[in-house]
Amino acid sequence: MKIYDAGKVFTGLALFIVFLTAPIWLSGGKSASPPEIRVDTPVIQRLVEKRCIEPTAYMKANHMELLDTWRQAVVREGEPLYVASDGKKYRMSLSGTCLHCHSNKDQFCDRCHNYEGVKPACWSCHVVPQELKG
Amino acid sequence: MLEKALSGGRKYWAWVTFLVVVIGVGFSFYLRQLDYGLGITGMSRNVTWALYIAQFTFLVGVAASAVMLVLPYYLHNYKAFGRVTILGEFLAVSAVLMCLTFIIVDLGQPARAFNILIYPTPSSILFWDMIVLNGYLLLNILIGWTVLSSERKSIPPPGWVKPLIYISIPWAISIHTVTAFIYAGLPGRSFWLTAIMAPRFLASAFASGPALLILLCLILRKFARFHTEKEPIQTLAKIVTYSLVISIFFVVMEIFTVFYSQVPEHMQSFKYLFVGLHGHYAMVPWMWSAVVLAGIALVILINPRTRKNETLLAISCAAVFISLWIEKGLGLVVTGFIPSPLEKITEYSPTGPEILITVGVWAMGLLVLTILYKVALSVKVEMEG
Amino acid sequence: MKSTRRTFLKIAGLSLLGIGTKPVLDAFAAGEEAKIIKAPEALKAKRWAMVINLKKKCPEECRDCVEACHTIHNVPEFGNSKDEIKWIWNEPYGDVFPDQENKYIGGGIQERPVIVLCNHCDNPPCVRVCPTKATFKRADGIVMMDYHRCIGCRFCVAGCPFGARSMNFRDPRTFIRKITPNFSTRTKGVVEKCNFCEERLAVGLLPACVEACRERMAFGDLTDPGSEVRKLLEANFTIRRKPHLGTQPQVYYIV
Repeated sequence: MKIYDAGKVFTGLALFIVFLTAPIWLSGGKSASPPEIRVDTPVIQRLVEKRCIEPTAYMKANHMELLDTWRQAVVREGEPLYVASDGKKYRMSLSGTCLHCHSNKDQFCDRCHNYEGVKPACWSCHVVPQELKG
Repeated sequence: MLEKALSGGRKYWAWVTFLVVVIGVGFSFYLRQLDYGLGITGMSRNVTWALYIAQFTFLVGVAASAVMLVLPYYLHNYKAFGRVTILGEFLAVSAVLMCLTFIIVDLGQPARAFNILIYPTPSSILFWDMIVLNGYLLLNILIGWTVLSSERKSIPPPGWVKPLIYISIPWAISIHTVTAFIYAGLPGRSFWLTAIMAPRFLASAFASGPALLILLCLILRKFARFHTEKEPIQTLAKIVTYSLVISIFFVVMEIFTVFYSQVPEHMQSFKYLFVGLHGHYAMVPWMWSAVVLAGIALVILINPRTRKNETLLAISCAAVFISLWIEKGLGLVVTGFIPSPLEKITEYSPTGPEILITVGVWAMGLLVLTILYKVALSVKVEMEG
Repeated sequence: MKSTRRTFLKIAGLSLLGIGTKPVLDAFAAGEEAKIIKAPEALKAKRWAMVINLKKKCPEECRDCVEACHTIHNVPEFGNSKDEIKWIWNEPYGDVFPDQENKYIGGGIQERPVIVLCNHCDNPPCVRVCPTKATFKRADGIVMMDYHRCIGCRFCVAGCPFGARSMNFRDPRTFIRKITPNFSTRTKGVVEKCNFCEERLAVGLLPACVEACRERMAFGDLTDPGSEVRKLLEANFTIRRKPHLGTQPQVYYIV
């Protein structure tokens, strides 16, 4: 079998493999460390039971969908209260409820989001109380 | 067939390079607009649609005018249009692409543009405009490309093209009517609230589109050695003439209704356009220029002897195009906001970045037109010679 | 069947479609129902409306209602009329009611500033034209804005006969004098307007402007004959802005 333009093909292939594996050899073969999130804000430290409105595993996997549901309910249906799985009622508000406990956005939300390369658009409108002080 | 656009002389490549540079400049200013916001334009709280939407409104007419070639050729077998119909269809493609681009460029949150598809709202005219514009784009690409490639293979076009061609005729009318409905259905803007908004749009479309097409044919004759016969050009010229007459008649109708009834709400915007309102008269020189240009064009076009003189014809077509670009572009769009619902007069003038972005989009349209015409002309020349 | 490039591409295309089916079906699969309820202390109505008493002249230079609204809603101050955003403000009588002026109207009413805001019409043209339902009408009559969905096309601004809507031509964040943390700001590229303080109604409070000026403004449920607004409408002659357009504005002015 005759390979046409063998020189160009194999050079291109070699370059491609170099680019493809660049993240590995550029970082010296080490893996990035997972993000360290801090949940020791003053409000959380005062809590008796240290849990979010839902269990941590659920929140980790579903907080995006939960916020979406909240947005739909508050803005479009006009209904402001959420009944958690343990029966407790919470006002559906990113700045008012979530950030009330998790007031350290840059050491909590941003740590995982930056690691994953996620840029949620929330913060262009939703106020971060921590950023207002000073 | 697209590879035909990759081979051309020095003038061709110089033109293409020039267009690419202009597009690049326009795009870089668009990035600045994305960063700063639409405030980088001359728009204000009271004048919220301006240069971009004016271009969209005018170009929708140019796009619709392809029907003025398709209808005689396909419906009535007018053989004289045989070589130019493809030029009309490809002009429609380029014009609709410009329309869609101007709309995107005008959006405050363009990343959310797909919300129109995710949350369809049939009560909104913009929803229907999106459907008809994209449909018309698809129709013209399919029809033009298929018929051209069949011609190249010396075989008749496939059977499914015929119904598409027939659909494209009322569809062309629809893109313009729907765009007119954007304006004509708003209760608070009395300048636009007129039943003849859609007829006016159609008349000015059928004047400005074929006028541009005549100019393009004459340019192609000179620079691309593509000779269009006298007959199709003269027929197009007659179409421009009658459409211009009807277009002017419609404007006169508006002026009579408004000034004879003496209703202040209706008179104000027309006063602003032609004599100024409360000391504001930025549009007045533009509108009178449009009137003068239309008058010159009318005189040349009505007289058959001057119409047959292709130099004078070219001048009158340019005059028609520019006059209608003024009257149907900024003259229509910005004036709808003057005076504001609270009787304020906020004048508008475009900013530098706004103009450069606009020119960039026009350059994109011209590039698409150039490429499509290069393909079409190459095929025609190949088949005929 | 002859194995040609075309056949290969057809099969490849179909396979891609097939592979894509499961994720699409998963996305449409029913999730768990979240429990959402209304707040018990919310103010409820079938048709919210506002009455403004123009017979009581506003004090010179008073901006209480404007300040109350613009502060709690993080409305920016750009300092120029081009980028200006306002939810509530005042205008001369002749500009607000262009059909109602004549040289001889008495009572000095033509010299008075008139407070204007979104009228939360019953038949709103802005809702009709919005291509994404980013502005929509609630069951209680409030015309709402969903800033998440707005694409910034400004069709609603063109559609509003009252000039009540403002477009964010720039990023407003740095132009807000003092941010109120429990209400969001908006971002560049969306349209905003008065929301009849629906976030305050949801917790049992009256709109901020009304609370700032109880002697000139009243708010309540039009369908409730005992409400303040109904009583005021019974007892006084009122006019609305541009009624001939049929938008059914729900802000009534006592003249």
